[in-house]
Amino acid sequence: MDEATSWITEEMRGLIGRPFNQARSYPVSASDIRKWAIAVYYPDPPPAHYYDEDAAGTGVHGGIVAPEDFNPFAWLSAEPGMAARRGTFDPDWLEHRFGIAGPGLATNLNAGLNTTYGPRIRPGDVISSKSQVVSYAEKQGRMGRMLITVIRTVWINQDGTTVKTVDQTAIRY
Amino acid sequence: MTETPTSASAATPSEFAVGHEFPAFERESGFAHWNRYAAVNDEFIGIHMDDDEGRAAGYPAAFGMGNLTWAYFHIALHRWLGDDCRIVSLSTQFRGAVVRGTRVMVRGTVTGTRTEGAEELVEVTLRAEDADGRTLAPAAAVVAVPTGDASTGRETPDGTAAGHA
Repeated sequence: MDEATSWITEEMRGLIGRPFNQARSYPVSASDIRKWAIAVYYPDPPPAHYYDEDAAGTGVHGGIVAPEDFNPFAWLSAEPGMAARRGTFDPDWLEHRFGIAGPGLATNLNAGLNTTYGPRIRPGDVISSKSQVVSYAEKQGRMGRMLITVIRTVWINQDGTTVKTVDQTAIRY
Repeated sequence: MTETPTSASAATPSEFAVGHEFPAFERESGFAHWNRYAAVNDEFIGIHMDDDEGRAAGYPAAFGMGNLTWAYFHIALHRWLGDDCRIVSLSTQFRGAVVRGTRVMVRGTVTGTRTEGAEELVEVTLRAEDADGRTLAPAAAVVAVPTGDASTGRETPDGTAAGHA
């Protein structure tokens, strides 16, 4: 690609502010939470309120809660379901989700997160998610010219309460 | 392998003082950690599983998930401020890859406090760094810590645990 040509096309600019990635989780299971906590705390055991219902019930949370970083959409969501699963990671997944061409760069990395939390996720919760593109930008970095994309995602539980708002920054090069 | 335990925080109110530095939270980095995370987050991406893929992306080997470093920030905050603390906000920038074999050390310093209702809000500046002190990910958090009788999960000033399960 010609260095003088921006990677950010008019079609891509048109994505800014448009909702996408709407999803609804399956009801969160205690087993999902246990596995998540064991994985992120490895090699230590996680705190009891992530796996032991009796201990959690007498603790500050009154029951099992999920770690704040828990992802109820991992592997599969109730909506859009199995058909939406991708077999391999596509660096241009965002643009392809809207049916337009992306810049065709080889690498897409998580460059940062900015999150505000609401109540903790608990077993039985059903989380709905909606995202939107906040911005595209280009800058020079250690890997040369990079495309910076910021995506805002909001998670709401079955009571309509926002449990998380996150701005994720991705870099592509 | 020695890694920092992740039991409930032993922080006391005096450790919420501005300038207080918490003990580092440490983790090794490698496939044993990353494969477990990939398994729960469906994050089976070549750069995290294959040294050749990591090199193709411009790094010396495979490197870890930013999301796992993100998880370590949460674990560190709870270790420092208690199971009952509420992480209000957290932000980070992933500036350096956690290349396989890196020892990740999460450090934190109290940068501000204020009281809102029954909670004390503690502002913490964090950073994940490698064993040579190179910053991998700077971060900042605001954490709500219950005060008075509502407090559980941390040690009380006399050193006894307060209501922890």
